[in-house]
Amino acid sequence: MIVAPPLEELSGTEVKLSIRGLSKKFKGSAGEVVALSNVSLDVRAGEFLILVGQSGCGKSTLLNIIGGLDSADSGSVLMDGRAVTLPGPDRAMVFQEGALFPWLTAVKNVEFGLTQIRVPKHERRDRALHYLNIVGLSKFSDACIHELSGGMRQRVAIARSLAVEPRVLLMDEPFSALDAQTREDLYIELQRIWESTGATILFVTHNVREAVTLGDRVVLLRRPAERGDSSIQSVFDVEIMRPRHIDDMDVARMAKQISLTMRHGHDKPEDLTRNEEQLDAPSLLRGFDSALDGRS
Amino acid sequence: MAVAKAGIWDSTLFPAPGKVLENMIDGFRTGTIPMAISASLKRVCMGYGISLLIGVPLGILVARKQLFRDTIGALVSGLQALPSICWLPLALLWFGLNDKAILFVVVMGSLVSITIAVQDGVRNLPPGYVRAARTLGCKGLPMYTQVLLPASLPAILIAAKLGWAYAWRALMSGELLFVSIGLGHLLMMGRELADMSQVLSVMIVIIAIGLFTDKVIFGNAELQVRERFGLARA
Repeated sequence: MIVAPPLEELSGTEVKLSIRGLSKKFKGSAGEVVALSNVSLDVRAGEFLILVGQSGCGKSTLLNIIGGLDSADSGSVLMDGRAVTLPGPDRAMVFQEGALFPWLTAVKNVEFGLTQIRVPKHERRDRALHYLNIVGLSKFSDACIHELSGGMRQRVAIARSLAVEPRVLLMDEPFSALDAQTREDLYIELQRIWESTGATILFVTHNVREAVTLGDRVVLLRRPAERGDSSIQSVFDVEIMRPRHIDDMDVARMAKQISLTMRHGHDKPEDLTRNEEQLDAPSLLRGFDSALDGRS
Repeated sequence: MAVAKAGIWDSTLFPAPGKVLENMIDGFRTGTIPMAISASLKRVCMGYGISLLIGVPLGILVARKQLFRDTIGALVSGLQALPSICWLPLALLWFGLNDKAILFVVVMGSLVSITIAVQDGVRNLPPGYVRAARTLGCKGLPMYTQVLLPASLPAILIAAKLGWAYAWRALMSGELLFVSIGLGHLLMMGRELADMSQVLSVMIVIIAIGLFTDKVIFGNAELQVRERFGLARA
């Protein structure tokens, strides 16, 4: 497990999405609030990258800017070297909930995106069914949205976004409204989908355990303390064998380290090397907290 | 019936239910009531149809576009304060003593309420639909026809129901004031002939038509939409 430097430059060819110096302020009733500060990041082709952080760290804002649903004050987002500002099917997004169209059946929801990218009519149904099959819902293609469980709805949403074959799939806390059991099933499912489609995924969550279970790399965001500081606190490479389960020891251990880093506001190398036996009572409590975090 | 028998009012002013029924059967047999119903329904359907065709797109545009909100939106909410029958003098001068004048009154009555109700519905839509559609590459006209329109179906249905009630009322008051064949006219004729049983039987017909459209036509459409959207049955 290596803690990578926050500003990571990758070689040109394998970079899918490149974020350069993004900053964003919101004007609220309490004055200006810095939502995002000086974020630079490269996403490799085929990578499963997680943005994690406590609420208010700007992770959703960052995803929305990449998705074109929000605009940055400064900085740029480059997709395969080309700047993008408006939303588009090359960056299809899966939301927390409620983004499926209830007036359409499951398969028609998937077909909706195909209509937008002008897939010929006779191909739409087959392609939609193909992606419903990938998420394991071929039996429910003609179901109304309200007839599906929360987990099934998120699978349809994933199928709908995958069907337009985005260059990067954006996911904004897609599992946070689901119960723990459904979520655990979907962790396995999503890893399988990611491996079988070779998709590049950018995934936002506040759940550190979830981040370590799913990600190749975990980018920890924070609310910048001083003007000009980057919102990126640290970047962690996750080199645990897949498929990972949220209760795996390695996942739990690494999640704890990330949680500690998150809590202390800076990297503490000694935490990364300390053994379980050597923990004093307060850090044990903190460890317990972070385990709870992972389950929340 | 008991009230009628009690003789508190003169029987010409408060006819027994039997008399009213008799008059109604008579009206249907001679064809005066069916003729009036068809004339009134024709007018209301035309006026209401025009209102729907203009009001629904207008409501969506006012909700979505700042330009429409600042211009038409402000105008429409101002006009809401004006009872539709107040348009009659203006309509008579513009169109003359003909069906067009009544049609105008009906349109002005229902168009405003439909536009406002649709606009409210669209503005209260969950933002998730539009955001999801945008990230799937949907923009321009398809956003209106494939997302906003179907998403606001429940709201449009409420607007349509409201618009129907306004159209029906506007038509009746129009027909009362402005003589031509129709239910309102038949009602007025009953007054002029001091035939209270005719007045009452026409009133019953008006209520029956209103109830029928509300319960049967809108009731069924509402049930279907609610089922599709997975909303609880009212």
